Amino acid sequence: MSKYWVDKFLFTVDRDPDYLKRYTEDPRTFVATWEQSIGPKLNDAEMSTVHGFTDKEREALVNHDYVALFEMGAHFFLNLTIFIGIYDEPYMEKNGPLSFQREFASKLQHWRGKEYPSVET
Amino acid sequence: MAKLVATLASTHHPFYLKATTMPPEQQMPEAPEWKRKVEAYRETLARAEPDILVMVGSDHFHQIFLDNCPQFLIGKAPRYDATFYNEIREFGIPTYVLEGDEDMSRFMHQSLMDQNFDFAFSNELKIDHSIICPIITVRPQNDLPVVPIYTNIFAPPLHSPKRFYDLGRAIRKAIDDYPSDLRVAAIGTGHLSLELGGPRQFMETGPDPEFDRQAIEWLRAGDVDAILENVTHESMAQSGNATHGFLNFILMLGVAGPEGADYVDNLDLFHTMEAYFTWYPKEQAA
Repeated sequence: MSKYWVDKFLFTVDRDPDYLKRYTEDPRTFVATWEQSIGPKLNDAEMSTVHGFTDKEREALVNHDYVALFEMGAHFFLNLTIFIGIYDEPYMEKNGPLSFQREFASKLQHWRGKEYPSVET
Repeated sequence: MAKLVATLASTHHPFYLKATTMPPEQQMPEAPEWKRKVEAYRETLARAEPDILVMVGSDHFHQIFLDNCPQFLIGKAPRYDATFYNEIREFGIPTYVLEGDEDMSRFMHQSLMDQNFDFAFSNELKIDHSIICPIITVRPQNDLPVVPIYTNIFAPPLHSPKRFYDLGRAIRKAIDDYPSDLRVAAIGTGHLSLELGGPRQFMETGPDPEFDRQAIEWLRAGDVDAILENVTHESMAQSGNATHGFLNFILMLGVAGPEGADYVDNLDLFHTMEAYFTWYPKEQAA
């Protein structure tokens, strides 16, 4: 398991409009591309060989499964903002402001009153 | 020597600008009151007639990431670009360029090192909404140079509440010792109880209204002892997973010193309690 690698995925994609569009439209293809050529890139000359996803992490990213990501300890801020970036507008048009954020919270209700999974990497 | 003329500590709500500038018929019902409170708060800074702003915030994974993550960092640059694509996208905050003051940054960096705070530094720092939100609320004309300071309230392990308070005291000393006739205001932002990306996010109130009320009273009284007795990383997590932003309020109380605030206001908004504090150094208030 690599929380760091999951967080790096969320971080690099949320901050780049082109990546975010590709992750929105075809998550499976984009996650594969990210693993091969985006995630490991340190700069134009250097590649990292250190990290990789588990199958569970890869599937959670492919499925936009923010509940699973929360439960794996993905950072709460990154896990929220990227999916707001993808779902806020379509939800707003259908069900009004904050409807995505409220659905997100409702799917995590079983964590209320419990200690959340640690986001420490 | 430089003179601290005001210390401001507030929440930073990234939706303030959007909420108060959209067409009136689309605004939330609280928007006019929110605007009025923010404009009144703005006056508490204007009254102090500052020449320069020392600004304390926390990068939200915009420039800083987990590959290289400092606990405390000071900007040392002639200018600072501000706001990132994903903040513009999510909050509708425009871009800014803030003037820097390399001499004061350099002096403060050395002073903080001499006071045993091992600061990282950045000569090319792009600022995020934790520092731009207070520019929007208390200095929208953006006409003053800044010395930006970032704290880690986000990526555990975090420093203790006591360490944040002590850093505030050290920042105060660095300001007081700066050989200049500048009038300095210190402005820091954080949060009261807050939940992001968890089951208690975006409720009608913040996740822990009782903590919010208590925290406001502690800050109003300048009661650092009560804060340090009661606030721990565990207690903050119980109040909401992003409540650690309260550490920046503790830091700002360190800048002001353990004294009652001269101005206190708050506003209960959807999903969060907004709070605004200003301290004037005693010789200034007289």
